[in-house]
Amino acid sequence: MSSPTLIEVSHLYRNFDSTAAVIDVSFSLHSGEILGFLGPNGAGKSTTLRMITGNLAPTSGQVMIGPYDLHLEPIAARRMIGYLPDSPPLYRDCTVKEFLRFCGQLHGIAGRQLPAAINRAVERCGLDEVRDKLINHLSKGFQQRVGIAQAIIHEPPLVILDEPTVGLDPRQIDDIRGLIRELGRDHSVILSTHILSEVQAVCSHVQIINRGQLVLSSQLTKLDQNLADATHEISFRTPPDLETLNQLRLVKQASRNHDNGFLLQFHDPIRGINELLKQSLNRGWGIDQLTPPQASLEQLFMQLTAEPDPGETNHVLEASQELAR
Amino acid sequence: MNLAGNTWVIANREFRGLLHTPLAWATLSLVGALLAWLFLLQLDQYEVYRSQLLGLANPPGVTQLLVTPFFSSAGLILMLVLPMLTMRSFAEQQRDQTLTLLMSAPISLTSIVLGKFFGICGFLALLLTLLISMPLSLLVATPLDIGLLASAAAAITLLTASFTAVGLWTSSLTRHPAVAATTGLGLLLVLWFLAAAGKNSAGGYSSDALLPLLSTRYHFQELLSGWVASADIAYFLILTTLMLGLTVLRLHSQRHQRQ
Repeated sequence: MSSPTLIEVSHLYRNFDSTAAVIDVSFSLHSGEILGFLGPNGAGKSTTLRMITGNLAPTSGQVMIGPYDLHLEPIAARRMIGYLPDSPPLYRDCTVKEFLRFCGQLHGIAGRQLPAAINRAVERCGLDEVRDKLINHLSKGFQQRVGIAQAIIHEPPLVILDEPTVGLDPRQIDDIRGLIRELGRDHSVILSTHILSEVQAVCSHVQIINRGQLVLSSQLTKLDQNLADATHEISFRTPPDLETLNQLRLVKQASRNHDNGFLLQFHDPIRGINELLKQSLNRGWGIDQLTPPQASLEQLFMQLTAEPDPGETNHVLEASQELAR
Repeated sequence: MNLAGNTWVIANREFRGLLHTPLAWATLSLVGALLAWLFLLQLDQYEVYRSQLLGLANPPGVTQLLVTPFFSSAGLILMLVLPMLTMRSFAEQQRDQTLTLLMSAPISLTSIVLGKFFGICGFLALLLTLLISMPLSLLVATPLDIGLLASAAAAITLLTASFTAVGLWTSSLTRHPAVAATTGLGLLLVLWFLAAAGKNSAGGYSSDALLPLLSTRYHFQELLSGWVASADIAYFLILTTLMLGLTVLRLHSQRHQRQ
C-alpha cells in the first residue's frame, strides 16, 4: 500500500495480575483508513486502545505512531493522536468553549490559531448552539460530541474513539456515525464498538478481538467477498456420493457433513449453485436445504466470539485466518 | 511547547477550577475570618502585657510578641485546612476519569504535577496575602521589625508550599477525595508533631535529637524566630520537591498498574 503507515502495533501483551487481558495483538493502519475494532464486552478493546494511546504501559510489545516509538518518544507520538476514552474526559464545570480552549492549549495550540481551532472543532461537531453552555448541563449526545471535538481540535492524523455511540438514542447514533464518516475523509480513525452495524456502516477495515486475542483482521470489502466464498451447507433427500459432487463443474471442494448433508465450496458461488440445482433436478437428488455461508458480519462475529468448546478454538482460528487472507 | 508553557496551562486551569468550587471559597473565607479573630485576640493580649513590658530593660518588640505567635497558630490552621484544598486535584480527576485527558496530551507528567502545584499555590497566595496584610496593617500605628516580618512571611510561604505538595501526593494515591484529605492530614500531623519527640524538660530541643529535624513545625518555628538558616529553608524545599517527585512517580506507575 502506498499511503504511509500511521500506527504499527506489534506483539502487544498486557497482563493484569494473573489474567492476560491482551495477548499478542499486532495490526497496522494506514492513513485514510477507518478501522472498526469489534469485540464483546471485556474482550480487551479498551485495554488495547489505552495502550496505543500511551495511557497504559504494555507488558511487552511495541507501538509505533508514525515514525515515533510510543514508549521512547511518548510526547511526539501523542501529538499525532486524538483520543476519546470510553468515558469522555470532560471538565463538567467548564463551558464547551472554555474546555476546548484548554484542550487546544494542552496540545500546544496558541495565540491566534486557538480561536480558529476551537471554531473548527465546534463547527465540525455541531456544537454551535451549546458553545457557551456548561458541559454539565448538556445532553449525553452533546457531551459525546464535545468528547469528539476534544479529540480532533489539534487536527491529529489519527483519531481513536472508544465506543463513541454508547448510551445514545438512534438519532444521535446516526449523527455521530455521520461525523465519524466525515472524519474519515482527512483523518485515520480507529473506532471500537460492540455494535456490528456500526462497523458495516462506517469502516473500511475490521478487526475482531476476543479474550484478548485478535481473531480476525480484514478489509471489509475483502471480507464480504470471502464470506461469499465460504462454505455452503447442503442436504439432499437422496444424496449423491461425494465423488460425484467433487467432480461437478465450479465446485472447489466438497466434504460430507452428516449422512445426507455436505459442505461445499464453489469457485463462483452464484453460477456454482445454479449448476448444482440443475444437476440436482436432472438426477433427482432432491435438495432439502441449502444454507448460505455466514452471510453477515454478525454471524461471523457470533462464531468467532462464541464460548469455546475444547478443541474448537483452533478450528475457528483457522477459519478466520483463511477468511482474512 | 516547553515545560514552562505546559505547566502554565495546567496551573491556570487548576486555579480557575478552584475558583469554581464552593469548598475553596468557603475555606478561604472561614480561614480568613478565623485568622482575623486570632489576630485580634493576640492584639488584646499584647495590650495586657504592655504595661509590664515597660518595666523591662530590653523589652521584646511588638513584632516578636505579636507576629510570631500569630503566624505560629496560622501554620497550624493551614495544616488542618490545606488537605481539603488539595484533595480534589488528582483524586477527583481519577474518579471522574478526566485524568486521561491530561495523560493522553503531549505533555510531561512533570508539567502536570507542577501545574497543579502552582495552580493551588496561586489560590493559596490569596490566603497568604490576607494573612500577611493583617500584621502589616499595624504599620499605621507603630513601626514594625520588617526583617522579622519578612522571615515570618517566608516561613509561612515555605510551609504552605510543602503542605500543598504533601496534599498533592496523597491525592494522587487514591480516587476518593475524602481519603486523600484524611491521609494528607494524617501525614501532616505526623510531620508536625515529630517535633514533640525531641523536646527536653526545659521545653527546648535537645541537641542530639534527630526526629525534630524531620518535623515541619521545628523548622517553621526556627524561621519564625527570625533566625533564617539555610538548613531550614533547604528542609522545606527538599520536602516539597520530594513530595512532587513522588507524585510524578505515582502517576508514572499508574500506567503500569496491575489491576
